[in-house]
Amino acid sequence: MHWASWAAFFNMGGYAFYVWFSFGITAFCMLWEVLALRKRSAQALRLTQLLAQE
Amino acid sequence: MHINWFKYSSPQTFYPLAGKMIPWFAWLAVVFAIAGLYIGFAIAPTDFQQGEAYRIIFLHVPAAWMSMVIYIVMAGWAALGLVLNARLSAMMAQALAPTGAIFTFIALVTGSLWGKPMWGTWWVWDARLTSELILLFLYLGFIALQSSIDDARRADRAGALLALVGVVNVPIIYFSVKWWNTLHQGSTISMGAAPKMVTTMLTGMLLMALAFWMYTIAVALMRVRCIILERERSAEWVKQLSGADL
Repeated sequence: MHWASWAAFFNMGGYAFYVWFSFGITAFCMLWEVLALRKRSAQALRLTQLLAQE
Repeated sequence: MHINWFKYSSPQTFYPLAGKMIPWFAWLAVVFAIAGLYIGFAIAPTDFQQGEAYRIIFLHVPAAWMSMVIYIVMAGWAALGLVLNARLSAMMAQALAPTGAIFTFIALVTGSLWGKPMWGTWWVWDARLTSELILLFLYLGFIALQSSIDDARRADRAGALLALVGVVNVPIIYFSVKWWNTLHQGSTISMGAAPKMVTTMLTGMLLMALAFWMYTIAVALMRVRCIILERERSAEWVKQLSGADL
């Protein structure tokens, strides 16, 4: 572990904005994709079950 | 050992199999990501030229790799669907496109966020950046074209043709740093040569690449299951799926 403190870690040697924005947007994209897919599959399942009951 | 692969080429048999595989790939993605992030942030040293900003490459390089690999796999599935007239193959291609587009977007944005402090600019129209942007448009074009055609099988064929024509862009992206004098640096890791970077940095990057691979497989399987249900809704086997199978 080469960080002197948590503050140094978050500061990223002065590049905090660039580094954390990169990781933030990547995490956001991936989470969004997974949540959107869960929503889509829930919808698909609901419709499938509705059709099966008919 | 003999496995009948054709058995799994029908949506009916693939649907439950895909469902069983998703949690495995999802957990592998999480484990590799934790390991990769730990090595990338806690163990890998500061770069002597780029300072801490280089840590963006732990996302940028694997995302850029995935953007190209997913395109090739997608075009492969599309071609298979076209040649064998297999609808599951076409569905796999369709399931991969959004994830490929997302990784292309991530590669472009993280590249831009690295370029600003390192090059002094968010964007240049050099061959590497431009061809990667074209890749994003190819993904979006594939998605738009498929969704604009109502007949699913015709949409598959039209999409497959677009995907196959677009494959020509992948070697252009890959070799752009060699063929043209680009601001984007040449590859640090190439097949057949020792990587020009510290082992811990390389390990972190490869672990992140593995995490992205596992993530891609997991979400593509989730999406292909949605596509199967949406497209085969009127099929008898879908109607007979009980609560446990779904």
